Amino acid sequence: MAVRDLSLADRDAAPRSPALLRVLADQFRGRPFFVVGALVTLAFLFAAVFAPWVAPYAPDFQDSDHLMSPPSALHWCGTDSFGQDLLSRVIYGTRYAFLIGFSSVAIGATAGLAIGLAAGLLQGPVEWGLMRFVDAILALPSLIMAITFISILGQGVDKVIYAVGFAMIGPFARTVRADVLQVRAQAFVEAAGLMGVDRLRIVWRHILPNVIFPLAVQATIRISEAILVSSGLSFLGLGVVPPTPDWGLMISEGRAFISIVPWISGVPGAALALLLIALSIVGDGIRERFDPKMRTNR
Amino acid sequence: MLRWALAKILQTAAVLLIVSAVSFSVLKLAPGDPVELMLGEEYSKESHQSLMVQLGLDRPLPEQYIDWLGRFIHGDWGTSFVSRTPIFQYAFVEALPVTLTLAAAALGLALLVGIPLGVISAVRKDTAWDAAAAAFSLTGSAFPSFYLGILLIWMFGVSFGLFPTMGFVPPWKDFWDGMYHLAMPAITLSTPFMALIVRITRANLVEVLEQPYIAAARARGEPAWRVIWVHGMRNVLMPLVTIVGLQLGTLLHGAVLTETVFSLPGIGRMITDAVLSREYLVVQAGVMMTGCLVILTNLMVDLSYPVLDPRLRPR
Repeated sequence: MAVRDLSLADRDAAPRSPALLRVLADQFRGRPFFVVGALVTLAFLFAAVFAPWVAPYAPDFQDSDHLMSPPSALHWCGTDSFGQDLLSRVIYGTRYAFLIGFSSVAIGATAGLAIGLAAGLLQGPVEWGLMRFVDAILALPSLIMAITFISILGQGVDKVIYAVGFAMIGPFARTVRADVLQVRAQAFVEAAGLMGVDRLRIVWRHILPNVIFPLAVQATIRISEAILVSSGLSFLGLGVVPPTPDWGLMISEGRAFISIVPWISGVPGAALALLLIALSIVGDGIRERFDPKMRTNR
Repeated sequence: MLRWALAKILQTAAVLLIVSAVSFSVLKLAPGDPVELMLGEEYSKESHQSLMVQLGLDRPLPEQYIDWLGRFIHGDWGTSFVSRTPIFQYAFVEALPVTLTLAAAALGLALLVGIPLGVISAVRKDTAWDAAAAAFSLTGSAFPSFYLGILLIWMFGVSFGLFPTMGFVPPWKDFWDGMYHLAMPAITLSTPFMALIVRITRANLVEVLEQPYIAAARARGEPAWRVIWVHGMRNVLMPLVTIVGLQLGTLLHGAVLTETVFSLPGIGRMITDAVLSREYLVVQAGVMMTGCLVILTNLMVDLSYPVLDPRLRPR
């Protein structure tokens, strides 16, 4: 941690101005992709939060005079086979994408933190067993894992959150364990132990703070993966149930009409692709900035 | 060396056991009574009880698990009550080769295009080539594959009518027709993977090309292609093998979606259909097969390190 702090201070030490804008400008200078990615992500977040005010129609409003209509002044992105406004549904769908993305990452990160801490702190057979358990989770591709959970839990937004969350435990647990092992080996932890500081207190005051930060960075990066897996589930018809305006579900509904009305799949698909690309640019930026292991990788 | 390999194999065996326990519990945790599902709406208490005994469901769980594992290893995976055929036949003999063919085609394509692209962008670092490859790799790795598949169907299948949009022809029966049917699914599945390979190749080769032995090779007057492909790429091989091996799971993940988009009768479609029709035995078989596949590939990757890099040979 000490090393990391120094390097951050070095970077920020340059021309530091108190104005927030100035600081931001310094941060983003020479990183136009990151700025665009961040702006697109913010736009999606804005749409999610203010969906009822931004969307021209309710997500389930059926305009029976305009079934499968192409993009027009009335319906900017066209309508689907029920006459539902695609733009409005995509805007409301943003809510589900973020809700599922954030919540499932929170579940995966929390459980991963618990398992990783336990494995890193309790060595011996417990660690071996826990890590083999994590290996087993990692052996199953996240989508197949999520499908398996769905087959037990059933369908629905909350079930998708659990399924995707459980499927993400593995990678989180593994990185937390690696970080714990690294921190444990540091002199200050050893010193605290020699000073007779209580074990739990060492974990709480010295180990946890050094593990939480890289975990938070990882969590941010993995939100896009959670959104991708959950939309995949819905696309397969195993995730969210209709008429929820979920992007994956909308893409799958439009698949049958792809030869005559390509925009039914096209509009939600474009939104999904755009958000995922933006999130991955932002994730790369965050990783480059905060992950010391990544810095050497150009 | 042998001890190290044995430890790795032991570890793998433990993971395999856990995966099998997880798949076993799928069946146990699944909602609904399997006996009721088999007997239908009306049945007597006696027939319910006798079927329980017949299926061994009255015995303790660990015993049931060991019994199940034994039968699984022997290829007795139960009978599908939708198609009334043995699940082993359906899952292992019919579905698995489809998925493996698709995955192999996608992997081949990804390596064939990805490595040269990565090399070009490393050698011509900070040029327009490099920027284009970076843009491709960024877009490709983030783009949802099922949406890409639908776009390909729309463009090449429907609008231009160049490629078939569904169905599977086994390439071992009719190679060219098989490849023709596999073209769009393979492109769909390989894109994110290709993007990853471009990234890894570039990042590692850039680093390798700065090493003194590359300068030495250049100073000796070796031709540029030899410097890059022989001295350079040999050292990029390790990270590449790691990524390719460890990302097999991602490939299978994509295969599930790709198979659904292009209606290919592989494992992904099989699992999806099984979940929808509540055929937990088939879900279980699918989970076991993918788990074993990934675990065994990981083991091979681990065991290949000392072969690829003499420095990693444990003493």
